[in-house]
Amino acid sequence: MKKIRVLIAKLGLDGHDRGAKVVARALRDSGMEVIYTGIRQTPLQIVNTAIQEDIDCLGLSILSGAHLQLFPKIIDLLEKRSKKPLILAGGIIPSEDTPALESMGIRKVFGPGTTTREIIDFIRNELG
Amino acid sequence: MKIKDKKKHWEDNVLKKVLDKHPERKKDFKNLSKIRIENLYTPADTEGFDYLKDSGFPGDFPFTRGVQPTMYRGRLWTMRQYAGLGDAEESNKRYKYLLNQGQTGLSVAFDLPTQIGYDSGHQLAAGEVGKVGVAIDSLADMELLFNEVPLDKVSTSMTINSPCAILLAMYIAVAEKQDVDISRLAGTTQNDILKEYIARGTYIFPPLPSLRLTTDIIEYTSKYLPRWNPISISGYHIREAGATAVQELAFTLADGLAYVDAVLERNLNPDDFVPRFSFFFAVHNNFFEEVAKFRAARRLWARLMKERFYVQNPKSMMLRFHTQTGGSTLTAQQPDNNIVRVALQAFAAVLGGTQSLHTNSRDEALALPSEDSVKIALRTQQIIAYESGVADTVDPLAGSYYVESLTDQMEKEAMAYIKKIDNLGGMLAAIEKEVIQKEIQNSAYILQQKIENKEETVVGVNRFQDEEAKKSHKLGVDPEIEERQKQRLAELKDTRDNELVEKTLDNIKKTIHNQENLMPAILEAVKAYATIGEICGIMRQELGEYRESVNI
Repeated sequence: MKKIRVLIAKLGLDGHDRGAKVVARALRDSGMEVIYTGIRQTPLQIVNTAIQEDIDCLGLSILSGAHLQLFPKIIDLLEKRSKKPLILAGGIIPSEDTPALESMGIRKVFGPGTTTREIIDFIRNELG
Repeated sequence: MKIKDKKKHWEDNVLKKVLDKHPERKKDFKNLSKIRIENLYTPADTEGFDYLKDSGFPGDFPFTRGVQPTMYRGRLWTMRQYAGLGDAEESNKRYKYLLNQGQTGLSVAFDLPTQIGYDSGHQLAAGEVGKVGVAIDSLADMELLFNEVPLDKVSTSMTINSPCAILLAMYIAVAEKQDVDISRLAGTTQNDILKEYIARGTYIFPPLPSLRLTTDIIEYTSKYLPRWNPISISGYHIREAGATAVQELAFTLADGLAYVDAVLERNLNPDDFVPRFSFFFAVHNNFFEEVAKFRAARRLWARLMKERFYVQNPKSMMLRFHTQTGGSTLTAQQPDNNIVRVALQAFAAVLGGTQSLHTNSRDEALALPSEDSVKIALRTQQIIAYESGVADTVDPLAGSYYVESLTDQMEKEAMAYIKKIDNLGGMLAAIEKEVIQKEIQNSAYILQQKIENKEETVVGVNRFQDEEAKKSHKLGVDPEIEERQKQRLAELKDTRDNELVEKTLDNIKKTIHNQENLMPAILEAVKAYATIGEICGIMRQELGEYRESVNI
């Protein structure tokens, strides 16, 4: 079976990468191919990596509060290049923003307290 | 020996019978620093403990019991809430509100573009302006930020690292405009670049040139701002990134040693600058572990300074620190529980002898805190200070068999890490080899697994959950701020003396290459209203930019 390829991307200028790294490692330990972008990635950098690495799933981590400004840019760029990965988001995202994010194409927003198991199961379920 | 024998007897005869019938809750009790916790501590656990050598008196070597002789009987700790949002005007209002509420020091949070040296108009700043702190582009913003705040009367802490020299220069310039003698300025700049590579991530330049900037600031303030703490060596972010309490302690002090080494290369006497070093720790939930960590930190730093650098001034041996309750211990679930966590943590920080304290607000796992939550957080400190009675005697937990034994163990374990780092060639080398980053990532991963398999309990998250709808609020950072800030910047560039700006920027470039202290050149540029983006732009060009490794 082909391994699921995941890109964990840190968007925005903040350096809070604990969550992104824990999730990346948990996904890798569960048998997925995981690429981590490192911090401070622009939407364009993320989309370029997503295409180069031919990923199935894109996990966006953001804690700076700039998600409503930055996510649409990523989705736009992905659409323009006809790439349609499963897109997930995590970090500090107020629940009132979730509907807006989901309607623009983020499949699920995982909040603080989510287990890595939930994320693994969700990805396998969606892409399995 | 008598106690040991008696304890053995008690274990064999009394304890065993009970355990046979009712085993303990866990097979093995260990804290997250992997220190085994015994069922009972007695004087036998502190054998070899020499009160005068290991504890001593407060205000005296090795400062285990505190850095001042009177501690909180003389003066309470500084209640310092970290705040800053939106633009300078809005933050200025929040500062005045906090000062009116009885807060005794300011703590400035800058937005991320400011922290990594971009003007509000930079493309990477899009969406980030004014979000996690105040947006500062030039001296004009800084003048607004401290409008009607008398800089000779407040002490100000600024969480700024890579572009620290620029923000400090702006603060000095504002003080001069207020006619305040700069030698009277009191406060702290974080200016701890090493932990940015390890944990916090707001670096700009590579480690070596960054260390030069840090050193320039230390050297400059030691001459002109004698009451300024030029650096706040921070374990907080190391801990928040996942380190254990012992790792936090060890890596922070190891960073401190690296800074002392770096400044010594300027041929200064350690007693001329080490007394102004300050520290910044996190405080988490394991109450006694935290108290022991603070006590061990003081003792270990004092010993290291004396043994490694032969300092003479007792102030060079004193580890003074700020504490913040642990952001990562807060839960988005049942957020009111966070009030209790914060109170418990704050209590440990006070029993650990902190010099200043920030208490987190209950809603910080969800968003930036609301004014109401900030008030509860501040009141928590006031209740501990004025109602609990713990501030009435110095270091009240000293002499507890458990606390003394744990203090010893934490000091030993931290020292073992410091020796490992020595063997790697010091902290800079250890960071470059990514040894420290890996240690922290490992600890973060292990803790997450323990929470998931319920070895560690997080109330409301993996036990005692509610079927509540998660409430979350959004702090209204005005979306217009970015536009307003950009506009203000454009106006500034139209009205200032641009030739002068060019000249001062050129001078910074020259100073970078002639290896002189950069502070005076930066101060000139700031006074000419050069922007952070312009100054950092030159520095990026001349010093290079750091790229992290992306191994997981």
